Amino acid sequence: MSVLRPTTIDEAVAVLSAQPEAIPIAGGTDLMVHWPHRLELHEKTFVDLSRLTALRGLRWQDGDLVMGALTTYWDVLLDEQIGRRFPLLHRAARQVGAVQIQTRGTWAGNVGNGSPAADGVAVLMAYDAMVELTSVRGVDVVPLRDFYTGYKISHRTPDQLITAIRLPGIPYRTQIFEKVGARKAQAISKIGVAMVEAPGGWVVVANSMAPTIRRCRAVEAVLNSGHPISSPEALHDTILQDVHPIDDLRSTGEYRVRVMARLLYHDLREHIAAFS
Amino acid sequence: MTPPTSDVALGFLLNGSSVSVTCAPEDRLLDLLRGPLRLPGTKEGCGEGECGACTVLLNGLPVNSCLVPSYQADGATVETIEALADERHAALLEGGATQCGACTPGVAMTAEWIRRHPALGKRFPLSELMAGNLCRCTGYDGILKSLEAALTDDEGTA
Repeated sequence: MSVLRPTTIDEAVAVLSAQPEAIPIAGGTDLMVHWPHRLELHEKTFVDLSRLTALRGLRWQDGDLVMGALTTYWDVLLDEQIGRRFPLLHRAARQVGAVQIQTRGTWAGNVGNGSPAADGVAVLMAYDAMVELTSVRGVDVVPLRDFYTGYKISHRTPDQLITAIRLPGIPYRTQIFEKVGARKAQAISKIGVAMVEAPGGWVVVANSMAPTIRRCRAVEAVLNSGHPISSPEALHDTILQDVHPIDDLRSTGEYRVRVMARLLYHDLREHIAAFS
Repeated sequence: MTPPTSDVALGFLLNGSSVSVTCAPEDRLLDLLRGPLRLPGTKEGCGEGECGACTVLLNGLPVNSCLVPSYQADGATVETIEALADERHAALLEGGATQCGACTPGVAMTAEWIRRHPALGKRFPLSELMAGNLCRCTGYDGILKSLEAALTDDEGTA
């Protein structure tokens, strides 16, 4: 194993351009899990991002929130303005893991890792986040809703580094984040859903329901249509147009659909007149 | 930029003293502390960032040292259980916050962080702040009551 420790974005992207197989590492809350047993990773070259001070911190720009790629869950929890403007970021940060994970895990790492159970990605997608990718070729900005193309596959090419995440400063009405795990704290999601009512209509994002975090367009269409819904079961077919959850070690596909339908139905009854 | 290498030279502030050490890039901060730096107070529990037994303060924040690559400690401030003065343990001892003791160093470090930032206890339930420190003896009542008592004490003496 070797580690490269750039101190500037230029150095970091030059390294990734020369060695696209190198693995960027920020907080390590995914890559370091069970580290002594992950011998295949011990053969790799890592690019340590922790010295890239330019990627630290968050700022407000023209009403948008711009999070440098080293912004942690804890950084976001300390920002009261985020709690008012984008409360789902706080809710997801508190549930993603314990404080020891919150202080190390980064939002950009959650995006880059691409887990279909990523709580952080679900809320970022609900807020229509944009992902800034930097390489020696220049800067690309990709909407997070189009970022993933398959299980842990994204539009990020190996020479690109996620350098920032930008959330448009849109005012939202209802904002909901639900996470169902095996226990209340410190569990990976069996089912998650992030929903916001934006000026253009509902945005619904499902977590742990598909190979990627998934925007649920069919569910959104039903919520926006005023189509009457009188039970959670009435949403099953619509949910299955958006996602096909699998049976795995954490849950079953059937359970996931039933619970997602109940979360939608019971959470939205007080907000959507057509839900009776 | 540091060239790729199989060994990494690090310098950081450990429990108030500067240390310089060379380590393998595979070493976790936990390995470095318990091995070459001879501070075995920090325990390894799960090795996957769940149990918090290996909690240390990195730049003043609680982290699982089993998830921190050693090279990321370069230039940082690291505090371990060995740096806590006896009187900082008193509340945990008196409150029966320790049973088998495996989780205690981690519990003590998270508790220390909360005591340094008493406003945290007003924003978040103590049980949530301590959720990353699992006690397999399930002695949570003792841990939380001791911490509450310590915070009340601190408030009185502040």
